[in-house]
Amino acid sequence: MCLGVPGLVVERESAEADMPSAVIEFAGVRRVVCVACVPEAEVGDYVIVHAGLAISRLDAEEAERVLECLRAIGEDEGWTGETQPAANESSS
Amino acid sequence: MKYVDEYRDPVLARRLLDELRRTVTQPWAIMEVCGGQTHTLLRNGIDELVQPLVRLVHGPGCPVCVTPLELIDKALAIAAQPGVIFTSFGDMLRVPGSSDDLLRVRARGGDVRIVYSPLDAVRIAAENPGRNVVFFAVGFETTAPATALAVVDAKRRGLTNFSLLVSHVLVPPAIEAILSAPASQIQGFLAAGHVCTVVGFEEYFALTDRYKVPIVVTGFEPVDLLEGILMTVRQLEQGRHEVENQYARSVKRAGNSTARALLDQVYEVCDRPWRGIGVLARSGLRLNAEYHAFDAETRFAVEGIHTVEPPECRSGEVLQGLIRPEQCPEFATRCTPERPLGAPMVSSEGACAAYYRYGRRARPVASEPIPS
Repeated sequence: MCLGVPGLVVERESAEADMPSAVIEFAGVRRVVCVACVPEAEVGDYVIVHAGLAISRLDAEEAERVLECLRAIGEDEGWTGETQPAANESSS
Repeated sequence: MKYVDEYRDPVLARRLLDELRRTVTQPWAIMEVCGGQTHTLLRNGIDELVQPLVRLVHGPGCPVCVTPLELIDKALAIAAQPGVIFTSFGDMLRVPGSSDDLLRVRARGGDVRIVYSPLDAVRIAAENPGRNVVFFAVGFETTAPATALAVVDAKRRGLTNFSLLVSHVLVPPAIEAILSAPASQIQGFLAAGHVCTVVGFEEYFALTDRYKVPIVVTGFEPVDLLEGILMTVRQLEQGRHEVENQYARSVKRAGNSTARALLDQVYEVCDRPWRGIGVLARSGLRLNAEYHAFDAETRFAVEGIHTVEPPECRSGEVLQGLIRPEQCPEFATRCTPERPLGAPMVSSEGACAAYYRYGRRARPVASEPIPS
């Protein structure tokens, strides 16, 4: 139930003062979502949506910084990238 | 899609797993609190990949599972009343009450509707002025801002036919209950990233200090979870017990200030019983005096509820990480998703459902020597 789905802000609807909303695209599906809790979100931003409400605007710099750190793991251990992934790769 | 694909990258997952193997010198027991994380771990086989270095213990973070039986029975009684439109997230419909579930109430003519958002329930109330619309407000801190916003919206629209049946629960008191239990063997926690997205993680500092356990705020994709596990293990191996944030792309230390302000506007903290666990002090949210008129429990007088739990259901022990689902004798025999004895077998966040769905039946644990 704490499932939060990342989506791309593709349109900010007219700022209806009481219940600001935006059109969010989730892997091809578009949906109108309340953005009252992320008033700073703009077209092109990614947000996490839970139960029809955007609860955060994703921090692109932070995401990139973490991915860079992860990509660097094992580099100095002679890791060649040839190991077959053992994880189940299905993305559901 | 961005922010999804990178965090499902099998090459990154393998690197994290290799790094975990290089880091661990002894086995550790780590609890993931959130049921959504339990399902991702099992769906991707991470629980088996990290054995025997790390034993993942599944926590009580399934709001549907911990909703008290008495409240479910009340929901069933309200939903059966003529003139009521009872709205709920889909997960709740098959959760067994004492003798019934919402799906069967609907089959007998009750107007029970699944909604995606509590805001949709307010819309239904506006469109049906002659009917009483109730939303079953189940969920942790992640969900409470949406239900708070719904009741604020209903009040602003002047809707008198909308109410909430509130069963919101809070994560930190549940973690503290697990840590303070004498039988607890949990050495570190993955805290639920979306709960912390809303309320932040400042409350956890007192827990890491008092109980000397690391708590790592963790996201929901496989790479997030593996990194969260690695960060926890690094702390354990180095003898540290700190609050760390793996999910910084979504979680700020103080959470989302607008969402927190909504919670303060509408709710107040209360003691609440957790199904299978018992009453935990200051572990729930209820509507405050200003929004009391929107409380379905006062609007609908439901008397004479006598709850009956199936004595053979051991979901309370599962929810506290004391047994694994397949250690329950009823698992996958008398208790299945089609005929559940307890809520963890039907919820999309229930550990029993995850073990059933991903084939974790009783079998020997994969053995692999711990690297020296």
